[in-house]
Amino acid sequence: MNAFDLTKTPLRDVNQKLQSLPADTNEKVWHLNNLHGEHACAVGLTQPIEVHINGHIGYYAAGMNQKATVVIHGQCGVGVAENMMSGEVRVKGTASSAAGATAQGGLLVIEGDAGTRCGISMKGVDIVVKGSVGAMSAFMAQSGALVVCGDAGSSLGDSIYEARLYVQGKVESLGSDCIEKKMTPHHVEKLGRLLKKAGIDADPKKFKRYGSKRSLYNFHVDNVDAY
Amino acid sequence: MSDHSPFYTPPRYSSTFDPDAIAQIQRAAATGIYDIRGGGAKRRVPHFDDLLFLGASISRYPLEGYREKCGTDVVLGTRFAKKPIELKIPVTIAGMSFGALSGNAKEALGRGASAMGTSTTTGDGGMTPEERGHSTKLVYQLLPSRYGMNPDDLRKADAIEVVIGQGAKPGGGGMLLGQKITERVAKMRNLPVGIDQRSACRHPDWTGPDDLAIKITELREITNWEKPIYVKVGATRPYYDTALAVKSGADVVVLDGMQGGTAATQEVFIEHVGLPILAAIRPAVQALQDLDMHRKVQLVVSGGIRNGADVAKCLAMGADAVAIGTAALIALGDNAPSLEAEYKKLGTTAGAYDDWHEGKDPAGITTQDPALAARLDPVKAGHRLANYLAVLTMETQIIARACGKSHVHNLEPDDLVALTVESAAMAGVPLAGTNWIPGKDRY
Repeated sequence: MNAFDLTKTPLRDVNQKLQSLPADTNEKVWHLNNLHGEHACAVGLTQPIEVHINGHIGYYAAGMNQKATVVIHGQCGVGVAENMMSGEVRVKGTASSAAGATAQGGLLVIEGDAGTRCGISMKGVDIVVKGSVGAMSAFMAQSGALVVCGDAGSSLGDSIYEARLYVQGKVESLGSDCIEKKMTPHHVEKLGRLLKKAGIDADPKKFKRYGSKRSLYNFHVDNVDAY
Repeated sequence: MSDHSPFYTPPRYSSTFDPDAIAQIQRAAATGIYDIRGGGAKRRVPHFDDLLFLGASISRYPLEGYREKCGTDVVLGTRFAKKPIELKIPVTIAGMSFGALSGNAKEALGRGASAMGTSTTTGDGGMTPEERGHSTKLVYQLLPSRYGMNPDDLRKADAIEVVIGQGAKPGGGGMLLGQKITERVAKMRNLPVGIDQRSACRHPDWTGPDDLAIKITELREITNWEKPIYVKVGATRPYYDTALAVKSGADVVVLDGMQGGTAATQEVFIEHVGLPILAAIRPAVQALQDLDMHRKVQLVVSGGIRNGADVAKCLAMGADAVAIGTAALIALGDNAPSLEAEYKKLGTTAGAYDDWHEGKDPAGITTQDPALAARLDPVKAGHRLANYLAVLTMETQIIARACGKSHVHNLEPDDLVALTVESAAMAGVPLAGTNWIPGKDRY
């Protein structure tokens, strides 16, 4: 087994090793142990390897991930999987704010709760949260799907573009230009596939769908109160 | 009443409700939307014209104007980056996006900058292959919107610029109206075609200097600590912003004054928020000096640089380099008198055209219209920019030599005086003919 003890190996060396693995590496699985909330851990990965972060971790864990699967066996700080391009990041615990911020692809699964601004400015990522998300989640969300099995805080989907939001529980309030939309059989099927892919056991028929009213896409004076 | 009548007084315009103010009120009432335009502040503000160089005298002797060496090279990013950027001239090209500018304009900027051994900079919307391909040194901006943000491009860049604000609109996000959101622009930004795109005004995943320090660490970790990391701020609180950028781990601080251009922003924002660059440089330099970081963290300033005298004044006040945006576009062909007939059709005139957001630029620069964009020959326009950069550099050297400096970085505040009390206070140099520096020791 390939493992790093973070009390003995500096994070710089860990990241450099993981980032420099060749495409055909047979060192596919890595474990990072004895963590102390390091920031920028396992960032900038580019190969289809599997990295297990065995403990709590700081900001920007798995940031800008490409192809790798990163599993965080603990809680994580701000901006987990920010700007992820592809691959999968799974948080076994809870995630702080801005989880999956601006991420363009891949799958982010948070098995606990996520803080405020989950999926802010998301650009194509799929995010599945088994618990609840905080206020201002999916703010300016451009594309991709945010699935919340619990509740969503205030101003969900404020100024949303084309992202799809699914919430099973209560939504405290919707943000500007975010509305509830019809949950068609097509959406139920798509959501069901995404939940299955995320390994989350939930009934897609119990979710409500939200998206953009598209009334703010081009400025109109009658909408001035919303700007 | 006849103007021959003894009771006649000529029509008198109000200084408060002048014709421009009246026109703005009338326009607002008719349309219900604020005025949007490109460019920077057009109002008169204290600027480099309010400063003069003293030149040589009995106590200072000059260098031979055309023969003695006067260095112009500058290295940016010496603090932490493994691969600092080495520039041949102290003039760089400021960030301007593909989207705001045509592909040909971006290519021309790259060609001109590369010919003179300096850098150009991406903008909102990401990096295009044309831009990377024609820029030997390219700075990649990390903006609040993160449109087109891509780790592969991050690694291709020669430096990274974390944009917190810009001089034309500190505290405001970008704006690109639907006319310019073509299929390619929309795809790069992951947005629907034709919408009015309003970029975020603050970063999505950090909120203060402590977070910024961690963000910068992440960027360094992703790029193997090779790339210089710039932090760009609009000129508002330059002393504290510079100090906080240093504290956050920046290699380079970029400071942009209110005369710095934007592709599109509300007129009221451009004209009423932020500081003129003249007022911002000395506090920023003071912050670097107080932290013993002057010349260790480099300072790049921008906003209204027009000629070599402006460049020399910035360097004398303590900057390491300058960045140009509007001037570079003018060098490419923006606002050319030869296009006057077309500017007239747009309701404006050469020298005043600023409706860059409408995408109808007859010069083919601030447009995404394929026919208009094709008017700009990137090779010829790039050559014009290289010419202009060469003149800026030679003019800077002429002044530096006249002040007895063998390198443009040896220019110093003692070489300057101010023509007005205001500019003396802002620049921190004596009022001409006196030894009085208003406001010295206080900011």
